[in-house]
Amino acid sequence: MLMMRVFKKPQKWSVYYKQIIFEIDNIGISSLPIVAIISIFMGGIITIQAAFSISNPLLPLYVLGFTARESIILEFSPTIVCLILAGKVGSNIASEIGAMRITEQIDALEIMGINSAGYLIFPKIIAAIIIFPFLIAISMFLGILGGYVMGISAGACSSYQYVYGIQTYFDPNKLYYSFTKVVVFAFIITSISSYFGYNTSGGALEVGKSSTKAVVYSSVLILLFGLILTNIFLNH
Amino acid sequence: MIEIKNINKTFGDRQIVKDVSFKFFPSKTNLVIGESGCGKTTILKLMVGLHQLDSGSVLFDGLDFPKLNQDDQQDVRKKIGMLFQGGALFDSQTLEENVRFPLDMFTDLSLKEKLDRVNFCLQRVQLEGKNGLYPAELSGGMKKRAALARAIANNPRYLFCDEPNSGLDPKTAIVIDELIKDITHEYNITTIIVSHDMNSVIEIGDNILFIHKGENWWTGNKSEIFHTTNKELFNFVFAGEFMKSVFKVQNK
Ligand SMILES: Nc1ncnc2c1ncn2[C@@H]1O[C@H](COP(=O)(O)OP(=O)(O)OP(=O)(O)O)[C@@H](O)[C@H]1O
Ligand SMILES: [Mg+2]
Repeated sequence: MLMMRVFKKPQKWSVYYKQIIFEIDNIGISSLPIVAIISIFMGGIITIQAAFSISNPLLPLYVLGFTARESIILEFSPTIVCLILAGKVGSNIASEIGAMRITEQIDALEIMGINSAGYLIFPKIIAAIIIFPFLIAISMFLGILGGYVMGISAGACSSYQYVYGIQTYFDPNKLYYSFTKVVVFAFIITSISSYFGYNTSGGALEVGKSSTKAVVYSSVLILLFGLILTNIFLNH
Repeated sequence: MIEIKNINKTFGDRQIVKDVSFKFFPSKTNLVIGESGCGKTTILKLMVGLHQLDSGSVLFDGLDFPKLNQDDQQDVRKKIGMLFQGGALFDSQTLEENVRFPLDMFTDLSLKEKLDRVNFCLQRVQLEGKNGLYPAELSGGMKKRAALARAIANNPRYLFCDEPNSGLDPKTAIVIDELIKDITHEYNITTIIVSHDMNSVIEIGDNILFIHKGENWWTGNKSEIFHTTNKELFNFVFAGEFMKSVFKVQNK
């Protein structure tokens, strides 16, 4: 029901366009620091972990680079980073829209004859779908870089071995698979959080509850859809 | 003209609005008065569709608003200006953006024309020069006035004001009352004002609906109200010593 109103033809494109640009900044650019920090550290940790596990001298050391790349591109960046974003972006959206609901700002929009669901939610969904893939691409790059730095500095492998590792057996289809997941997750996070925010009623306490629900439900759905999409891709 | 006919509303098991009928006329300042909690805000919200009616009808110049489909309701709403009891300014926008918002949304004016209109409205509510402030940086009374500026920005045909001058000092309150009265007459607007302020009643009470416990208890205008024999209305009007002394002076 809500979604039908969200995707109704926008009343004025120029206003929606401005909102989308604003949300790209609000949702995407402002998440860059946290995504960057987490990616660098996780990349490093994955590489060190792998280095410890591979104590078998028969395995070539470039496997380190290969392992880091595979886990970062396939699961870590799309899934873990989106879970983090569900926490940050999801609670942000739910509390913003929830506060607008309880202070009658949404009623004020409706009274002016504005489709409030469309005006508030549509730009957020579109902005997330546009900007999340970029965030995740940056996360992948930084994750692999983090693995490189840690791998070298811990003396686990040489620069040449790592770089060789991240280039071997590369299947571009995997990127396609990862980014499909990211787009689906972007939609889940923004729509679920908007839904809980939009349907807040009561006071400041309920805004807090909506925001918690938004994070919990989007996280669970991300994992669920992650599983479903993995199955679909593996079967093709 | 807006006419409400036998409107009813129940929240849970409490009937808040009971079979209220009334006519609100254009070019008049129509007042809805009554004590706190009697259902004034609820009636206002029922009229504009923010609450669903249990039964009854609300006619905007003959159109039965609650029975219209969503698109037609939106078209009627574009002609409504509403001042909420709490202001309901958009927190993320400056004062100027708030007032400009209905213009951005529904007109094709140039930026210059919009800004002229914004400054004109801000000046009428005595907030000129405050364009760049955010709602969080305004006082309670300033928020009220800013919200009024937004409500009148796009030249509404119908103006709903929920306690436009509560929280204002007496002088500013009169300025706001006068402003509402003036634009109502100038632009032939159907204006509905919720109030429990007797000063406003004396100033601008062209057509008054007195609500008591959710019912239409009394109707009349500002000169009739002082000669009422209705017990509840009498108690409401003459609750304060000030009004009693005014009344004595008048009757000397
Ligand atoms: N959304 C709601 N759900 C349940 N009860 C409500 C709701 N809105 C209002 N009420 C109840 O309806 C009654 C009338 O409320 P309303 O806001 O219309 O009063 P009011 O006349 O505007 O009072 P005031 O002058 O203090 O603003 C109150 O008893 C209130 O508890
Ligand atoms: Mg009220």
